Amino acid sequence: MQSKRLIINRFKCAYCGACISVCKNNANELVETFLRIDENKCNCCGLCVKVCPMNALSIEEV
Amino acid sequence: MTEYDVVVVGAGPGGSMAAKTLAENGVKVLMVEKRQEIGSPVRCAEGVSKVELESLVEVKKSWIAAEVSGAKIYSPDNSVIVLSEEQAGNEVGYVLERKIFDRWLAKQAAKAGSEVMVKTSAIGIDKKREHLVIKLRRMGEVFEVSAKMVIGADGVESRVGKWMGLDTTLKLNEVESCVQYLITNLKYEMDYCHFWLGHSRSPGGYIWLFPKGNSSGNFGIGVMPSMAKEPAKVYLDRFLNEVGIDTSHVVEVVAGAVPVSPMEKASTERCLLVGDAARHADPITGGGIINAMKGGIIAGKVAAEAVKNNDFSSKFLSKYDRLWKEDFGKTLERNKILQKKLLKMDDKTMDKLIKSLSDSNLKEMSITGIVKELIKKNPKLLWDLKSLFF
Repeated sequence: MQSKRLIINRFKCAYCGACISVCKNNANELVETFLRIDENKCNCCGLCVKVCPMNALSIEEV
Repeated sequence: MTEYDVVVVGAGPGGSMAAKTLAENGVKVLMVEKRQEIGSPVRCAEGVSKVELESLVEVKKSWIAAEVSGAKIYSPDNSVIVLSEEQAGNEVGYVLERKIFDRWLAKQAAKAGSEVMVKTSAIGIDKKREHLVIKLRRMGEVFEVSAKMVIGADGVESRVGKWMGLDTTLKLNEVESCVQYLITNLKYEMDYCHFWLGHSRSPGGYIWLFPKGNSSGNFGIGVMPSMAKEPAKVYLDRFLNEVGIDTSHVVEVVAGAVPVSPMEKASTERCLLVGDAARHADPITGGGIINAMKGGIIAGKVAAEAVKNNDFSSKFLSKYDRLWKEDFGKTLERNKILQKKLLKMDDKTMDKLIKSLSDSNLKEMSITGIVKELIKKNPKLLWDLKSLFF
């Protein structure tokens, strides 16, 4: 019943791990250069969006 | 299941120094690195203090990109403090080539006897009564190793601490969001490091230029996400445009996050954290290499003692906290207080402070040296810092 979703722009992502450092739910993982989101754990709080230096993350209504 | 005494997660400067120290003490150690290439991509401006680095390792030309003869600090209205050669050694001095440096350090750990695995992530830890079962994923293959304890050197995105019960999650006012371009054909004064202050151009952080030799330099920015209204990259691009830096020769883009709020405890039962994972970066400068290396050595020594005594209790391992606090922890704490003061300071006040030093002959280029001088010139404004620095 989720109405929001975290979107990754992979062309902007510099796989730096900033988003991982602020995630309380451990909903993301950096697999080398690939950012993986566990949608079951992500509650779209938006902290990772704010910390991303590259503007690669956004929350969109689904 | 292969049995180790200690598994070190992460092969940055902290992890490698820990693994090296452990191996030198006869401890059976495995160091894993999730990337396929140690040291790449870097997340770092690469500047280190000459004096400090030389106290830790024998310096090799192969990983020194440049030496700087001074630093310039610009206020929001571009008043400048110049710190020249003899005064400049303490906070910066060498600019490293981290890609080569990190690999060299990992090789030192390997030479000392540590096993090293790359393209290998730690994906979970199972705490048993007498040991840990650490789940690893190496090139797609999941397997387990046993260890008596773990050292988490897994960076700002650390998971080891969380698995072991230390909450390392950063809040938006405890982290700097950073981006950096390595620009070549740079027409700038390249034997100096440059630092631009001011919340209007870099909210809660600063902009830097670290020369890397041959007209190249790391031009980067850190902003505090709780204060910034836009992503770090927007602020950096705007600044480069304003000062007229030619960005048509960018040969590398890197991003990163720096923890700028120290934590009380970087140890717990069967676990020690080092480097960014332990938030050992400096709250003012954001520098973390030296502290990571020092922390790695201390962690290696304490873990080796734990193995020798077969005591992995949080009580025994808290010795690590005591030792890093005695070493660099006090400066982290002090600089956190200084950081809070600076975060609240408006740009006009910062201009005034920088101007007050324009005719000073600074004896040492260090945070301590600069702040002491600032307090002397502006006792009323900075009275609350006095007891910290004198």
